[in-house]
Amino acid sequence: MTTFKTKVGRRAFIRNISVAGGGMMIGFNWLASCNTSPQKIKELPKEWFEINGFLKIGDNGLVTIQSPNPEIGQNVKTSMPMLVAEELDTNWDQVIVEQAPLDVSKYKWQVAGGSRSISSSWEPLRMAGATARQMLLTAAAAEWQVPVAELTTDSGIISHAASGKTAHYGQMAAAAAQLEVPETVTLKEIKDYKIIGHSKKNVDGHKIVTGQPLFGLDTYKDGMRTAMIIHAPAFGKTLKSMNSEAVANMPGIEAVFPMSVYSDDEPQSSFDTAAFNRMAVIVGRSTWEVLQAKKALQAEWENSPERNISQRLFGRSSTKKYPAGLENTSDHNALMASFDFGDKRLKIFRKDGDPKKAFAQAAKVIERTYTAPFRAHNTLEPMNFYADVTNEKVFVLGPVQTPEWTESSLSRRLGVPKEKIDVHLTRMGGGFGRRLYGHFVTEAALISKQIKAPVKLVYTREDDMTFGTYRPTYSLKYRAALDIENNMTALHVVGVGIPEKALYENRFPAGTIDHFLAEGWEGDSNITTGAYRAPRSNFAASAEQSFLDEVAEAAGKDPIDFRLALLERAQINPVGERNDYDAERMAGVLQLVKEKSGWGSPGTENLKRGVAVYFCHNSYVANVVDLEMNGKTPVINDVYVAVDCGIVVNPDAATNLAEGGTVDGIGNALYGQMTFVAGVPQQDNFDRYRLIRHHESPKNIHVDFVKSDIAPTGMGEPPLPPVQAALANAIYSATGKRVYHQPFINELIA
Amino acid sequence: MAIFNLQINGRAYEVDVTPDTPMLWVLRDHLQLVGTKYGCGIAQCGACTIHLNGTATRACQLQVSMVGNAEITTIEGISEHGDHPVQKAWIEEDVPQCGYCQSGQIMTAVSLLNANPNPTDAEIENGMSGNICRCGTYTRIKKAVKRAAQS
Ligand code: FES
Ligand code: FES
Repeated sequence: MTTFKTKVGRRAFIRNISVAGGGMMIGFNWLASCNTSPQKIKELPKEWFEINGFLKIGDNGLVTIQSPNPEIGQNVKTSMPMLVAEELDTNWDQVIVEQAPLDVSKYKWQVAGGSRSISSSWEPLRMAGATARQMLLTAAAAEWQVPVAELTTDSGIISHAASGKTAHYGQMAAAAAQLEVPETVTLKEIKDYKIIGHSKKNVDGHKIVTGQPLFGLDTYKDGMRTAMIIHAPAFGKTLKSMNSEAVANMPGIEAVFPMSVYSDDEPQSSFDTAAFNRMAVIVGRSTWEVLQAKKALQAEWENSPERNISQRLFGRSSTKKYPAGLENTSDHNALMASFDFGDKRLKIFRKDGDPKKAFAQAAKVIERTYTAPFRAHNTLEPMNFYADVTNEKVFVLGPVQTPEWTESSLSRRLGVPKEKIDVHLTRMGGGFGRRLYGHFVTEAALISKQIKAPVKLVYTREDDMTFGTYRPTYSLKYRAALDIENNMTALHVVGVGIPEKALYENRFPAGTIDHFLAEGWEGDSNITTGAYRAPRSNFAASAEQSFLDEVAEAAGKDPIDFRLALLERAQINPVGERNDYDAERMAGVLQLVKEKSGWGSPGTENLKRGVAVYFCHNSYVANVVDLEMNGKTPVINDVYVAVDCGIVVNPDAATNLAEGGTVDGIGNALYGQMTFVAGVPQQDNFDRYRLIRHHESPKNIHVDFVKSDIAPTGMGEPPLPPVQAALANAIYSATGKRVYHQPFINELIA
Repeated sequence: MAIFNLQINGRAYEVDVTPDTPMLWVLRDHLQLVGTKYGCGIAQCGACTIHLNGTATRACQLQVSMVGNAEITTIEGISEHGDHPVQKAWIEEDVPQCGYCQSGQIMTAVSLLNANPNPTDAEIENGMSGNICRCGTYTRIKKAVKRAAQS
């Protein structure tokens, strides 16, 4: 066993002294019974004892564990409590999980973003369990008058072998709750894990399959009104005037008014992104009645002036520019296409060797351009939030990935100190990055304040899709030089995008080529964008891994061997010092996918397949896609997914995420796009925005993890990026035609 | 506004709403049966799937005035303790990611299996294609439908 100082998140381990003497009820979220998740009916204890900010133990041995991070489908509500339960050394059957509210004094990084939930809580959550176990042991040692060192635990039972004494945790919880938090604590060795690494089912599974209230939209409370917004029909426009009177008397309508969400003159958080600041609001008794008024309301819109908004996050300040004007996808595409290699507008991000000379001496040069459109997140549950704002308190409840930053925004906009703001979380019907941008929470709070009543703000699907924080539109242009022996001697990449580029200049294949040049450019836009599952990687992987496939082919090499040779070079003799990937782990997933898919082995000659590998969010994923064409449409038979994300906490749930990322990557690469004409989004619901459906999805997905002792890394995002390239490369294998422009379906049916 | 008497999950309900109100909002706003989800409102996603006399139906397209004496079943009513074979299979395969689409998926799967107790893979893929899962749980849905068919 290894001894650790209990420094990480120590504040969370210190119990609330004022109530330590008695049964512990304070400090936990008892508010929404829908947040408690006993998988089976269990007998509840008469009394709970809070051991630390993460867990409390009942007098009957039942354990309640708080899950601090937002649950968006990445399964942290199960996986994070597993970490606590492991070190507590209790039975998983004895555990109840609750969704914790925002509490910065107890929890760190209550964010669902950057695939960081598990990695950032790996230490604190295990320590929360281990310190609690230590306190229970200390309490038992005192009661039995035996040395702590002679005590053992197993599945929530403390034993003293010499005397034959045993007790369950509940019997020692009252005494343990009175003890000081230990200074140091021992954590288990990986080989002793009984919960981590062993699949546990979703703690909300039963509620999901029986339709119990879980999600933000399922919130119904006494006196609650329903509100909807009407925003400008085009990016670059804003509300000028509206005829409230005409709809104010419609059945069930209680209030109609204009509203400004943020104040443009004050600094905002980078997560306060909102294209439409001034909007119309309709409040009423029921959704259907409000919808009728929404259809009937007449509003006039005017062109927005240029907006320059100062933003602050993590102590950094910047200015975000939203130019005036009504933008068109065709203009964006023409602008991005106007950049050639070495264009004066480009900025150099990395240069190794002498690329110019290497290209001049090349035996062969391959040059290709890849593009991708804006994409909408399209969480299946549209944006919504509940708010109850009174003079005393601001109470908000719903689905948001960034509760802490949202609280700051509310505090600023409402002029209310944070102590008076309570942010509670529901389960979320998808996130993918969209719910990082919590403008809808501020909107709900402002509406509640205005009408002096609790309210649930509901976006229609159309509101949700046309008021996006979209994935930006990108272009990546590559050229590679091969020498007479077909070695890649130089690589030049130009990454441009609106409003950001998708260029990771220090990732593979940088570091594997002597002469390398990476240049980029970013243009302004008033179409709001934001993080989208695996930001930038979600396009960079697709372009880069498709291009390397063509280079391998031009060099007459097997695509896996070609990549492995580059990775070997990066291990033995890397070029440059800023390479931010681990070439050995990257090669590891490629080897694993090669083995699992039987790449190159007898019997696979006739398969139409493509391969790709990528690194992001500290994890490595490689794919092989097998498909056949049915006319012009690909039928995807098998996808092999090899993942290295360090220790796998909940294998079946991680497999589910890898399957989901695979389907998401394929679906969006084939079908997903948002386009704009004069600022107007051309897709506003699922009839025009095509999402992948069951019959278009891969028939089988085979997921394998690299066995690892490394602390867990990201899992929500890494499976999405590379599969798009594996798909493109498989399409080439089946059709002899390469696809360069997402969504690929446009090129396939052209 | 008008009074409608409805038979839902074997119980009688009375609601006072405008006749064009979709059953989706009657269930959610007026009866707080929130397992039936809103996803698109235009018959594209299947999140609102219920059974009307046993047939899978989109609640967002079904006006309350059209229901008459028909029996409505929602996700809350397909079993008493959440132990319908399809629900059990969903738990066994640990299908959900975010979970938002899953009540609609289950309602479609139940009606698919009622009509065709032993579907082939292709029949499942096509039969379930009206229900979008944004999280991409399709392969698990297929396994769960097959598991339910075998039970
Ligand atoms: S909400 Fe009815 S089909 Fe989407
Ligand atoms: S599980 Fe999230 S939409 Fe299906």
